[in-house]
Amino acid sequence: MSLVTVEIPTALRGLAGNHDSVRVEGETVGDLLQRLAADYPQLKRHIFDEQGRLRSFVNVFVNDDAIRALREDMTPVGPKDVISIIPSVAGGADPRGAAASPGLDQMQIQRYSRHLIMPEVGMEGQKKLRRARVLVVGAGGLGSPALSYLAAAGVGTLGIVDFDTVDLTNLQRQIIYTTADVGRSKLEVAARRIRGMNPDVQVMTHEARLTSENALQIMEGYDLVVDGTDNFPTRYLVNDACVMLGIPNVYGSIFRFDGQASVFCLPEGPCYRCVYPEPPPPGLVPSCAEGGVLGVLPGIIGTIQATEAVKLILGRGESLAGRLLVVDAMRMRFRELRLRKDPDCPVCGTHPTVTKLIDYEQFCGIRGEEMEAKSLGDEWEIRPRELKERLSRNEDIVILDVRNPEEVEISRIPGSILIPLGELAERVAELDTARQMVVHCRVGGRSAKAVEFLRSVGFRKLKNLVGGINAWADEVDPAMSKY
Amino acid sequence: MRLVLPAVILEQIRRQGEETYPHECCGFMMGRQDDRTREISEIRRQPNERADSRENRFLITPAQFRDAERYGRKAGLVMLGIYHSHPDHPARPSQYDRDRAWPWFSYLIIPVSKGVAGKPHAWQLRDDRSGFDPLALTIKENSP
Repeated sequence: MSLVTVEIPTALRGLAGNHDSVRVEGETVGDLLQRLAADYPQLKRHIFDEQGRLRSFVNVFVNDDAIRALREDMTPVGPKDVISIIPSVAGGADPRGAAASPGLDQMQIQRYSRHLIMPEVGMEGQKKLRRARVLVVGAGGLGSPALSYLAAAGVGTLGIVDFDTVDLTNLQRQIIYTTADVGRSKLEVAARRIRGMNPDVQVMTHEARLTSENALQIMEGYDLVVDGTDNFPTRYLVNDACVMLGIPNVYGSIFRFDGQASVFCLPEGPCYRCVYPEPPPPGLVPSCAEGGVLGVLPGIIGTIQATEAVKLILGRGESLAGRLLVVDAMRMRFRELRLRKDPDCPVCGTHPTVTKLIDYEQFCGIRGEEMEAKSLGDEWEIRPRELKERLSRNEDIVILDVRNPEEVEISRIPGSILIPLGELAERVAELDTARQMVVHCRVGGRSAKAVEFLRSVGFRKLKNLVGGINAWADEVDPAMSKY
Repeated sequence: MRLVLPAVILEQIRRQGEETYPHECCGFMMGRQDDRTREISEIRRQPNERADSRENRFLITPAQFRDAERYGRKAGLVMLGIYHSHPDHPARPSQYDRDRAWPWFSYLIIPVSKGVAGKPHAWQLRDDRSGFDPLALTIKENSP
């Protein structure tokens, strides 16, 4: 056995104890490489492929001769030889064009015939759709129509990110689910529906809340993302990850009767942050759960997102990049706002300051529905059951309901007085600081804000009803409707 | 790790990608690095040695690699990575790229759409070869 010098290329040094050369024992090049891989196990997968063969781009030289020109692995080595591993570098884009993919079968030709006869799609376009990988973040109001139409259109791989179960309140707009699905995993139901609609589609389910830790791994490998999220932290996260991965972000959002759609993160177009550098202050923009949404509206916006996704895949037409489509369903007006790419954008500008994913909850502040989790401190809170007990003892307690009048029509705690949160500041004189007061809303978020406000203007005998009137229905009055 | 690319060098890469379009262009990125930054000071343009499929494949031979390393040693520069173009394709590593990538090197991909170079993206192979992670890229404006 000879002790032979092996020169390690820069790219592999970190995996070989930072040595630029090592001495290894062996009689042939094959011996040396096996021994090297044994000594430095992390090197192994870069030098050998899964079958244990030398990778095609790893070139081994004995002195100045490539072993491919000698006796390959069996090339003998002696103590005076210097063995070098020299990379060849190869790469390139994924194959394109018809030659790269087989044709459609008879059934597929029938299924997609209304696409195939249009020159803008045709056989080539339909194959592009089949090769495409689209990730839909959120299988809710926007995700339902987007997933349905993308599946029907023959998008080859559809990824879905969600972690929720189907709730009765979802069915007013999330049309991929049925009444029998209530309580089931959204991912499972949606995947089954999609497979039923079109068995050509490969469904990838990602049962997770998208976070800064998992977003890049989940999103990597998709050609584009359809953003069907309902909250600001995830929206910024999706946008930033799209910029970092270089994939388009097909954006949509809905609230009450208003919708928006655009395409962000194309190389020359703006990203979401170019348009909205900062999230709104926590609580300013209510979520659909707080403010409501017309059930049909996500159908409009989600199908616009699906349309944009299909156009991007086909490489046809004029996308919404650089334009924000604003839909006012009440007046049924579609308007367009011109958007510009911001050269100083912290994510996609020329000098980005945000170069990895951040803590988006912190960036956006805790807001809206999540307020129910934020505790004001025990002395400012009361559970529904305790309130009921104290009322039963005839204690003098004012119950202040800060919801909107429409909500009061659904449910009301007897004897409560109504001042909607938005009117509280101007009507605060109607309240008596001397009397004990319990404030409530639907689930406790808005009433927590009301308590904070009332404290700031001098009220002290105050408590927030934890969990709101919905918790009251659970704990005290099961006959009461929840919403 | 962050890759810092002077605007003038990015411009050279973009022009090379546009010149070789519809074929892929390629080359080495040379420079210096510390714990947090890799700053490119020079590129070594390489001919694409593929005999076929140059519209979606590139190849740099071991001889070219050796020459570039030798040049680097003389100039006091480290070969920090490789750039190449994706004609009419996004600036995202393909499966083919991943199968042939080296660890440690920074990979810069420039998309060239219909002959016009777009925004580059930088990538680094994970040590377990399971995929690429995006690499922060800063374009440094030319000093006055």
